[in-house]
Amino acid sequence: MKYLEGRKYVIQAIFIAIGAVYLIKLFYIQVLDSSYKTAAESNAMRRVVQYPFRGLVYDRHGTLLVENTPVYDLMVVPKEARAIDTLKFCQLVGMTLPEYREKITAAKKYSYVKPSPFLQRLTNAEFAAIQDNLVDFPGFYINARTVRSYPHSSLAHALGYIGEISPRQLEDSSYHGYRQGDYLGISGIEREYEKYLMGKRGVKYTMVNVRGIEKGSFKDGAYDTLSEAGQNLVTTIDLKLQEYGEKLMSGGKVGSIVAIEPQTGEILALVSAPYFDPSLLTGKELGNNYMKLLRDPAKPLFNRPLMATYPPGSIFKLAQALIAMQEGVLTPETGYACNWSLVKCSHRHPYASNLYIAIEHSCNPYFYQVFRSVVNRGKYRNVYEDARQGLDNWNKHIKTFGFASSLDIDLPGEKKGMMPNANFYDRIYKRDGWKYPTIYSVSIGQGETGVTPLQMANFAATIANRGFYYKPHIVRSVGENGKPLPEYLVKNYTSVDPMYFPPVVDGMQLVVDKGTGRNASLKHIGVTVCGKTGTVQNPHGKDHSVFIAFAPKENPKIAIAVYVENAGGGAIAAAPMASLMIEKYLTDTVKTTHRKRWEADMISGGFYKWSD
Amino acid sequence: MRTSYKIANNIDWVTIGLYLLMVTLGWMNIYAAVYNPEHVTSIFDFTLNSGKQLAWIGTSLVIIIMLFAIDYKAYDSLAYGIYWFVILVLLGTLLLASPIKGSRSWLVITESVRLQPAEFAKFATALAVSKFMSNINLRQQNWKDQAKLAGLTLLPPIIIVLQNETGSALVFAAFTLAFFREGMSPLILIIGAVAVFVFVLTLLIPQWYLAGIITVLMGAYLWLNFHRIKRYLPTYIGMWAVILAVVFSVTYFIDNVLQEHQQNRIKVLVDPEIDPLGVGWNVTQSKIAIGSGGFFGKGFLEGTQTKFDFVPEQSTDFIFCTVGEEHGWLGSLVIIALFMALLTRIIHVAERQRSVFGRTYGYCVASIIFFHFLVNVGMTIGLAPVVGIPLPFFSYGGSSLWSFTILLFILLAIDAHRKLDLGRG
Repeated sequence: MKYLEGRKYVIQAIFIAIGAVYLIKLFYIQVLDSSYKTAAESNAMRRVVQYPFRGLVYDRHGTLLVENTPVYDLMVVPKEARAIDTLKFCQLVGMTLPEYREKITAAKKYSYVKPSPFLQRLTNAEFAAIQDNLVDFPGFYINARTVRSYPHSSLAHALGYIGEISPRQLEDSSYHGYRQGDYLGISGIEREYEKYLMGKRGVKYTMVNVRGIEKGSFKDGAYDTLSEAGQNLVTTIDLKLQEYGEKLMSGGKVGSIVAIEPQTGEILALVSAPYFDPSLLTGKELGNNYMKLLRDPAKPLFNRPLMATYPPGSIFKLAQALIAMQEGVLTPETGYACNWSLVKCSHRHPYASNLYIAIEHSCNPYFYQVFRSVVNRGKYRNVYEDARQGLDNWNKHIKTFGFASSLDIDLPGEKKGMMPNANFYDRIYKRDGWKYPTIYSVSIGQGETGVTPLQMANFAATIANRGFYYKPHIVRSVGENGKPLPEYLVKNYTSVDPMYFPPVVDGMQLVVDKGTGRNASLKHIGVTVCGKTGTVQNPHGKDHSVFIAFAPKENPKIAIAVYVENAGGGAIAAAPMASLMIEKYLTDTVKTTHRKRWEADMISGGFYKWSD
Repeated sequence: MRTSYKIANNIDWVTIGLYLLMVTLGWMNIYAAVYNPEHVTSIFDFTLNSGKQLAWIGTSLVIIIMLFAIDYKAYDSLAYGIYWFVILVLLGTLLLASPIKGSRSWLVITESVRLQPAEFAKFATALAVSKFMSNINLRQQNWKDQAKLAGLTLLPPIIIVLQNETGSALVFAAFTLAFFREGMSPLILIIGAVAVFVFVLTLLIPQWYLAGIITVLMGAYLWLNFHRIKRYLPTYIGMWAVILAVVFSVTYFIDNVLQEHQQNRIKVLVDPEIDPLGVGWNVTQSKIAIGSGGFFGKGFLEGTQTKFDFVPEQSTDFIFCTVGEEHGWLGSLVIIALFMALLTRIIHVAERQRSVFGRTYGYCVASIIFFHFLVNVGMTIGLAPVVGIPLPFFSYGGSSLWSFTILLFILLAIDAHRKLDLGRG
């Protein structure tokens, strides 16, 4: 081992070599290169962050939805603002001396040498008055920034808003690169697409002397970087349709309208009512307005299409029929009596001798028996076990329709909703404590089911496509000529074979032609609408009105779900609204005086007087 | 014999002198870093980092006395016990601690007293590694033993990386120097050096150009010397392939594996324009502070750049800026000379140990201190990436001062008894 002892010299040589290299480098920057001294002597290199333009947001036809307008902030560097005439300054900006002291203390608390905002969002008049006299007050300067503004007061929930970064986010390493006072997307598209919209901030180093006067750029701008504007977004929204939907849901109605283009999964309209003007959450009054909206008992900030989960009601019968056919326990020709001893039906109607008639009249006992045949398969001798297995098998199918899981829309806050399985009922009733009669209300979309309006619209799109859907999304492309994300080009098939869809589609046509959804007919413009009504029992008050539809029957252009809380039966509010939306989207106007009267009734809430 | 043995005669007072000098200078520089000319406070003020550091120094002296009081054989016999205990604490911190600035590595004792167990993993690993190397049944060529040693060395840094303290984890690379002294092939050091060299080249030159240049140079060399080296052709082609693999994997690694702020810390070495808002700003300000010191410096407490917020973390990771600004190149020379003196003295102490355990441990101590010096001073002058690790004995911080004190004084305690340790080696 003796030979290894020589290695101590190698190791010490490495130590000494590094020490020598460092001393040489230090000699270079400390003694030979004088540029660091000049930088330090002028004793302030001011780093001015250049904020880029945040990306703009357009609708599907290129109409501007979100833009930027400039505002001015008065900034202060406490270290440089020591020797000013405070009284004169207070007069200039119009504040009292204690106010001034409070603000300057707050600024010092953040940093003695870094700039912090002193007065934010000056009006143009204030800006003009201050700007001219600022030379007398070293340490203060104006920083121009932009805030969001909205040419149309629509789509507030989906657009979202931007706000100042929170102290908690500043501590979080995933927000690396943001600084105090920076703005970022808090909700909606602004949050989801933050990294595209924000752009890249630039930075300019200027040398400032003790009196705060600029002495040129540091090292001739060698370290400066230019800011890059954020990327623009083209959304899938049809602004006219969106505005029309909001008009229909105006006047304190509560609910959602979601319209989707089935061939692409693009969201055409996303109405959450009650809604608010997006410009409330921008500018000086953001804080106050936000608190007002937050305290409003109607919860206008709640983004209902994505966050509210309701029992779907009778529209769910369509899914029951599809799954039963796939499982081979139902054919379009199967007939069941409208047996009120099983479950009450909504009204008296002819014998449901086949599936089409059952859908047309939304026969509750019929679908009681359909779901029972799916759950009770007679494969196990134990009836409890048989129901458990049957329900779990059904649950697998229903999930492929996008229920009970997030559809992964490109907006924050989407809820999953729920569909029961055997474990779920085991927890409530204990194992072997429940069988079909316990859970039958699921057959007609009541009971332990929860579906968001977005999932309902996606369900309509899935039927319109005869068996598959594209992920619903609200941004078509990043940049004006961008392409949709690859995940939005994937067809998501349900576990039900496409060959079982046409009978259901035919049933939906009957609903609108002569069944429960006659109020949604668009015969006067020659369009065949396929739809399904739903009336959701509500223990807290009047029933919720639901309608899903797509049109035209062949080659559908629009699929829609309308959910109006406490409006009564599906035929009353939701069906007419859906047909008005479809008519508006397909033809751009609403024709005939009869339809115009309906439109007025929908907007004014006159339908509340229509009786069930 | 035991009773007549006087420890004091055998304590290495040179090292202790260097230690006290460095700790005192560190304390004064911490005061200079937090000194505010408009609001003068005493160096003893406990609300300032300097006052707190004095408390840390005082407790360190108590620790030193305890380390000498403990039976010196305990360090040898308890080495594995200490190691596994620290591993448990590391895991506990990882799982239980609430994150502070994105890192799950702090044990909060009171609001102002926090300990970072990762700091203590260094001496614990050094002890365990030395113990392993001193095993007389150890065969260095045996791959099983090599794997065990590698496992012992890599386990702590893996946990530390999971705590999101990549800087502290990198320190464990320093152990290769100690292994080298104990017989590891020099090839590994050379390969490491070449890898770092190629790594830096990859940052400077686009990867396809670099690959082309390497291929041409290699081809020319082979063609000119073909007859002489014909027999080793496969070796050379293997080398060529390995270098190219490094070139391409570096780009992949930087762009796909590292988090964005880590990427920037590396890229900023060759291009200060990257991330001018974050790490680029820090390095520029740090260089301005040091560079403005000139030959003699501005004088104690006279610095203008290292006060307030111009340089970040003035009293911890960027403490060297204060030295550079207030004491100029001469001050830098003194600090660097002190480190060189300490490191060579530790090597001297290590070499006079009769046991493999003592010698290996000595080399571990030297390597760890050297690595901290290399990276910490390097980053303040733009020669090393910005990795948040402290300058031993100078940076503010209890965990770091305690852990370096323990690291160094275990060696001195073993050394004080070296003459009792007969017949091993």
